[in-house]
Amino acid sequence: MITTEILVIGAGPAGLMAAIHAAEAGARVLLVERADRLGGQLIKQTHKFFGSKAEFAGERGMDIAEKLINWSSDVSGITIWKNAVVLGIYPDGVVTISHEGAFCTARPKKIIIATGASEKTMAFPNNDLPGIYGAGAVQTLMNVHGVLPAKRILMIGAGNIGVIVAYQLLQAGVEVAGIVEAAPQVGGYRVHAAKLQRHGVPIYTSHSIQLAHGDSCLEGVTISKLDEKWQPIAGSEQYIAVDGLCLAVGLSPLTELLWQAGCEMKFAGELGGYVPLRDANMKTTHENIYVAGDVSGVEEASAAMVEGKLAGLYVASVLGHKKDSFTKEFQTAKSQLAALRSGPASVKICTGLSKVVLEEVG
Amino acid sequence: MRIVNHPILTFPQQDMVTFTLNGQKIEGVAGEPIAAALHAADIKVLRHSHERHRPRGLFCAIGNCSSCLMTVDGIPNIRVCIEPLRAGMVVETQEGKGKII
Repeated sequence: MITTEILVIGAGPAGLMAAIHAAEAGARVLLVERADRLGGQLIKQTHKFFGSKAEFAGERGMDIAEKLINWSSDVSGITIWKNAVVLGIYPDGVVTISHEGAFCTARPKKIIIATGASEKTMAFPNNDLPGIYGAGAVQTLMNVHGVLPAKRILMIGAGNIGVIVAYQLLQAGVEVAGIVEAAPQVGGYRVHAAKLQRHGVPIYTSHSIQLAHGDSCLEGVTISKLDEKWQPIAGSEQYIAVDGLCLAVGLSPLTELLWQAGCEMKFAGELGGYVPLRDANMKTTHENIYVAGDVSGVEEASAAMVEGKLAGLYVASVLGHKKDSFTKEFQTAKSQLAALRSGPASVKICTGLSKVVLEEVG
Repeated sequence: MRIVNHPILTFPQQDMVTFTLNGQKIEGVAGEPIAAALHAADIKVLRHSHERHRPRGLFCAIGNCSSCLMTVDGIPNIRVCIEPLRAGMVVETQEGKGKII
């Protein structure tokens, strides 16, 4: 049985920040990551981030990942386990973990769950053909491993991920046949959409995919125009020959451990699906379980980092590790989070949060 | 296909190793996920589903969705999107649930 004060599950932007800030306050932290490397999905983000200096604005996601990883290894008090999958959280507080294939048990005083999110798919005929990928998979293949997913790709979804990954595909040398978006307008950052338009990539707003074609692999797709009720207009079908289709249609929080531990969950479509109820200090309805990042509602990585910092600082303080600067740092982080959520693009996020954030406790 | 020139990223030449897919020799980068090596060799069909035998490929690439299960060194249901490639691996397109015994 391993004893530690805080167990942080997931070493993406939220988990790394939580571990760093809890350890800097003096807590002993075990940070477990199921992958063989740290950084979560930041490592494949080749674009520069928005936000403010505090969330590393102006830097590329992959460079932020490197900074956080180096920072986490410089802080004393953090034990890092890679290839470590949390299997279960039991009512007596025991957590079971498969670490490098070996079964281990841990008994942390507090747990911060920062497991992130997974990609959604879409229902259409032949949506299981090889050559149809989630947008994150395309990024992993090309930006982490240097392998092209296809020669000619159609992107579904013109939100931030759709427009950013479409541009990254162009950078990698893939032909982008277009972006298909069901809404009447582009949802993603204008700056990215404008870059694509300058490269002659057509953006099909008020369009959706009807079906995919191909025998053993994707060969093409049929898209059609949607009316104002988002129904396909008969006769508007067009065939686009592609060997790759990239779905950027959203993410859903990876909440299995929260359900298993008995945290109270609520559906908030604006946040990607079921998310845990929690207070403004990131504490769930379970006395010892806190959350940070996409698992508590899908947002940008910048917000995940600040949530991680909040959770890390707060949980450490609950365990008696309170830095002199705690109040100032904590309030600053809360203001940063509020600022990140203040733009018109965050209205949806705030609607979702209003359903799941409980009255502040203490 | 592998990316050679990229405006932001560099992919230094790495050690290549040989493995087999259904008996055919293929080269890949040691340590990269098996799925990446297969994609670089333009192989996208990784298994066939157990009921309707539909071809399946890579979908999430982070070990989450179970679309990419293959039989590796005789062990079925390996998520090749996260399984590192080693020299001499015997990789097979998985049919259905794979042979467990």
